[in-house]
Parts: sequence; C-alpha cells; structure tokens
Amino acid sequence: MSGQFVAFFILSLLTIGGAVFMISLQKVVHQVVALAFSFLSIAGLYVMLEAEFVAVTQVLVYAGSISILMLFGIMLTRHDAHEDTGRGKFKFLAFIVVAAFFVLVFMGIQTMNIEGTPANFSQQNNVLEIGKLMFSQYVIPFEIMSVLLLVALVGAIILAKREADDK
Amino acid sequence: MTVPLASYLLVALILFCIGLYGALTKRNAVIVLLSMELMLNAVNINLVAFAKFGAFANLTGQIFSLFSITLAAAEVAVGLAILISLYRNRRTVNVDEMDLLKR
Repeated sequence: MSGQFVAFFILSLLTIGGAVFMISLQKVVHQVVALAFSFLSIAGLYVMLEAEFVAVTQVLVYAGSISILMLFGIMLTRHDAHEDTGRGKFKFLAFIVVAAFFVLVFMGIQTMNIEGTPANFSQQNNVLEIGKLMFSQYVIPFEIMSVLLLVALVGAIILAKREADDK
Repeated sequence: MTVPLASYLLVALILFCIGLYGALTKRNAVIVLLSMELMLNAVNINLVAFAKFGAFANLTGQIFSLFSITLAAAEVAVGLAILISLYRNRRTVNVDEMDLLKR
C-alpha cells in the first residue's frame, strides 16, 4: 500500500463524501459548502494526475468563484426550509434510472482495455507546455473561448438587470 | 505502481451519478445548477485521467478540461442571472413552479 494509494483513497473519499452531503443536507448554504469541499478534493486528484495547472484553475474557478457566486445566488433569493414531499414515486424512478446508468458504465469501465504507456508529465514544466500548446495549436479555440466569456458577461448583466419600467 | 485508470474513472462515474440524481430530483434551482457543476467536474476528471493514461497520452486532455472549466464558469454566470430575474418576476426558485411555457 503505497502513499499514492492512500492519498487517492482519502481524496476520492472526500470528493464523494462532499457530493453525498450536497445531496443529503437540508439547508442550501450547507449544501454549497459541502460541494466546495468536493471541488477542493478534485483539485487534489488533478495534482495526483500531474495536472498542476488544471488543479490551480480548479481551485480558482470552482472553489473560489463558482461557490461564491452560488452563495450570492442563494442570498439574493428566498429559500423555504421545508423539504420536498409527495414526489417519492418520481424519486424512486430517478434512482432506478441513475442506478441502471451506473451499472452500464461500470461494466464498460471493467471491460475497457486501453493499450498505451502512461504519459510522464513530471519531467516537463506543466504550465510551460500547456502555454505553448494553447498559443500555437489551440489558439483559435482559445480566442473563441474569450469571445464566449465576453458574451456570457454581457448576457448575464442584461438578464439580471432590472428593467426600466418595473420599478 | 500507480493508481490505475479505472479507479479515477470510477470516482468520476460516482460523482456523475450523484450529480445526475440531484439534477433530476431536487426542486431548488440553485441546487440543480450545483448538480450540473458536479457532472461537469466528473467529465473533467475523466479528461485529465485520459490525458495521463489514455492510448495517446498527451496534454490535449488537460487543455480540453481547461476549456470546459471556462465553459462551466460562463454557464453558472448566465444560469444565476436567469434565476435572479426569474425570482424577481415570480418570487420562486422552485423548478416545479417554473412552468410559464407549459401553460
């Protein structure tokens, strides 16, 4: 049992535990905090996969901005404390569907056979290599992504802005 | 000896299933958005895992996951803006009561 397995076990336990708490907790703010734990542990999983830049981006974007944005969304709206009732049948149906999906994909993972040597990213500078690729081979997706961010920014402002006549 | 690819894929699968269940059953729109984020995260784990262990292991998976993280951030911003403007008009965040187009 090497240290890597122990780290993977703890990180995946935290990830799945945070997600399960997100589903099962009652208060909305608690759910968001549980999910923030899950996001942080996923960043740890990225570090184990030698994707340091993606891990830092995960902490910045998910654990930082998306959690805070969700908290803002909760604070700006009103949430009743009562838990939903009377949908037991639908919940059961959804559970059956999700369980069937889980079993199917699990069987797919078990029978999967990928031949190939694992990449050895630890010898190279991760950020440097990503930057080189991003600005040479993937420069057009990069620019399109910046346009998308601009459109999302403008769209979010226009959607959330109070209209002039309903003051 | 490193952690095999199937373990990472299994963690991502469990996360995706939890997110799918939450998105299908929760009535609070904010929690539905959060469940979608969970599903996107599961996909990102898969991308990064295949970037290391895939048949042609290279950095493309990591770059793809960076794009997907950007997309998720934009999606959350627009989704919350829709949610807030809907709340201003209907005074609810319950997805069952968001049925303007159905009536």
